[in-house]
Amino acid sequence: MTKLLKDGTVTNDPWIHVADGDAVPESGPVIVTLARWQAEHNSLAGRADGLGIRLESGQSPEVIKDDLAHFAVVALAFPKFADGRAYSHARMLKDRLDYTGEVRAVGDVLRDQYRAMHRCGFDALEISGNHPADKLEADWRAALGELRHAYQPALRGPEPVLHQRHRAVAA
Amino acid sequence: MYRYDEFDHAMVKDRVEQFRGQIARRMAGEMTEEQFRPLRLQNGLYLQLHAYMLRVAIPYGQLNAVQMRKLAHIARTYDKGYGHFTTRQNIQYNWPKLSQVADILDELASVEMHAIQTSGNCIRNTTADQYAGVTADEIEDPRIYAEIIRQWSTFHPEFTFLPRKFKIAVSGAVGADRAAVRFHDIGLFIVKNDAGEVGFEVWVGGGLGRTPMIGKKIRGFVAKADLLAYLEAVLRVYNMLGRRDNMYKARVKILVHETGTEEFTRLVEKEFEDTQGGALDLPAAEIDRIADYFQPPAYEALSDDPPALTARRFEDKGFNNWVRVNVARHKVAGYAIANISLKPVGVPPGDVTADQMDAVADIAETFSLGGIRVTHEQNLVLPDVRQDQLYDLWLALREQGLADANLDHIGDMICCPGLDYCSLANARSIPIAERISQRFADLDRQYDIGELRLKISGCINACGHHHVGHIGILGVDRKDQEYYQITLGGAPGEDAAIGTKVGAAFSAAEIVDAVETVVNTYLALRQPKERFIDTFRRVGDAPFKESLYDKAA
Ligand code: HEM
Ligand code: SF4
Repeated sequence: MTKLLKDGTVTNDPWIHVADGDAVPESGPVIVTLARWQAEHNSLAGRADGLGIRLESGQSPEVIKDDLAHFAVVALAFPKFADGRAYSHARMLKDRLDYTGEVRAVGDVLRDQYRAMHRCGFDALEISGNHPADKLEADWRAALGELRHAYQPALRGPEPVLHQRHRAVAA
Repeated sequence: MYRYDEFDHAMVKDRVEQFRGQIARRMAGEMTEEQFRPLRLQNGLYLQLHAYMLRVAIPYGQLNAVQMRKLAHIARTYDKGYGHFTTRQNIQYNWPKLSQVADILDELASVEMHAIQTSGNCIRNTTADQYAGVTADEIEDPRIYAEIIRQWSTFHPEFTFLPRKFKIAVSGAVGADRAAVRFHDIGLFIVKNDAGEVGFEVWVGGGLGRTPMIGKKIRGFVAKADLLAYLEAVLRVYNMLGRRDNMYKARVKILVHETGTEEFTRLVEKEFEDTQGGALDLPAAEIDRIADYFQPPAYEALSDDPPALTARRFEDKGFNNWVRVNVARHKVAGYAIANISLKPVGVPPGDVTADQMDAVADIAETFSLGGIRVTHEQNLVLPDVRQDQLYDLWLALREQGLADANLDHIGDMICCPGLDYCSLANARSIPIAERISQRFADLDRQYDIGELRLKISGCINACGHHHVGHIGILGVDRKDQEYYQITLGGAPGEDAAIGTKVGAAFSAAEIVDAVETVVNTYLALRQPKERFIDTFRRVGDAPFKESLYDKAA
């Protein structure tokens, strides 16, 4: 069972990933691949129940920068936890492309990466396997709290040390 | 030197506890070795041939006496009584126990040290010129910017799972590059633009390994305020586009090469344009705050070449040689920069015992205002020595077996750990280094040969920098036999060059003779005052090949 850990809380995930070969359900929120979006742009864009897109780690959000308004979810895939491209993609979506919907991580993610993901702009993680919800939430809180400070600016997290040191000076 | 404030202290403390938890989860079986691996590597912990190996960062190579004593204490308490200084301004311990690593990190944190990001596919310890702040040929002190980069790169959320490791070096000197800047993923030279402003010249895509490359200059000037935004732009482009299908092609040097310097630069500039002037803007107040820590100490008013020094040099040939070879000009009159060669005959280059570390700490306090530097040539530096105390310093060093006067000579070679420790090695390198140092033990002979950089790696990864050795030796494996390939003509510094293979590899039994043949060929060909590398550049490799191979035919 896949669970969604969103903003630190485990929730039911109404979204369904539709693989390229499968039929798109009539109703309900779906997440499609980039290939599907590009091929079926017209019919998908008209859906009423919510549309999301899934980008593989080699697919830059630049490709869909003009389409972002169509998507309530952008799912960024982690084929392996050590493939860190999606960190940059998440930041690009939110920093540069001003995307305001949900950015979620799909795939192989370690608890030890939650904090970095959060700071880079991920809102939610799809977690597979048999983990009790309270353990996931506790892990999330623990992971986010392990380091009290952050040196560099990012999308979220503690105010960067750099700015804390100089707030007084700037004021 | 830089002193931690409350934030820096909290950061390393938190990291120690975080890693302690990760180790506990690993030992309890909650994490697989595969999951644990990148986490331990980001804490400097390798799994080697015989044991774990811990790599401790020495940011921009700077240590004080208290820290050096702590390194000695760790060597004694948690290891086998010695440590190994590496070419990346780190120290490695070869025998720590996993269960004790968090305690070691705790001890390091107590003296403002850590092992953060000394390994793994993240931004590694940023290195700098070991003469920073004391050399006369400097525009600005690179340690200030290395420290700023250290902080920015520490736990950078976006760049801890890069395609490969990422190394940055900074130099502030004009005309001298002691940090091998062009062989780093990003190399920064502090420069002055036409308007007289100080900023950075940016080189990207240098590196050694199996595809050695000299970096490409992608920008002549980046303003100080933009430094972090520019670095972040390079890193972002690399993170998104660097190859992940083949770890041998994952370094940024391959990306720059395959994309083309022009296109790569365009991509970086586009990223930079977007972030410039934003949250990454480096406030002048922060630069000033950090620069304050690197203010010069209170030097006394002295003059160069005091009579006491001149007299001693006249009386004692050994001392005179050491001064001539190991001591460099200081920017302040009456002071000197003294190099401690960690290459005595018969000792693995870079190895130091705990007792020697303690002694160096004492010596630094007595003779060098407490300061010590670690160089990328695996040596130490005492940056602030009074010229009139050089003789006493030399005596004190000699007592510790640390007064070898061979800096930049054939005895002062770089050598990687090779098969004696390294799980990736194809051949032994330490015994080869020992035999070469014995063959050339006679210092007068070394002085006759003059400047000669010899560098040995035990495998293609090139940790021992063989590509940038005037003479490079690369260990290779042929049908389970150790062989050694010679390259000639490499150079790490301002005259950066990558050496070329001369021909078939030599067996362990032949390699020392082969090196001697190369040296003798040079001696026969050189013009007055010509260094090995200059002769090589003038005559090319043909005469060397001839003397190495044609003889037998
Ligand atoms: C014994 C444990 C060690 C291991 C397992 C190890 C592993 C490696 C590997 C895998 C590479 C190739 C990376 C690449 O270029 O893509 C490499 C390169 C390198 N290593 Fe090591 N190494 C070890 C010790 C050392 C030591 C002791 C030094 C310094 C004396 C060192 C300094 C370097 C340097 C300078 C490079 C060149 C990398 C570049 O292109 O920038 N390593 N090492
Ligand atoms: S060059 Fe090879 S053998 Fe030597 S330390 Fe590096 S990886 Fe090990």
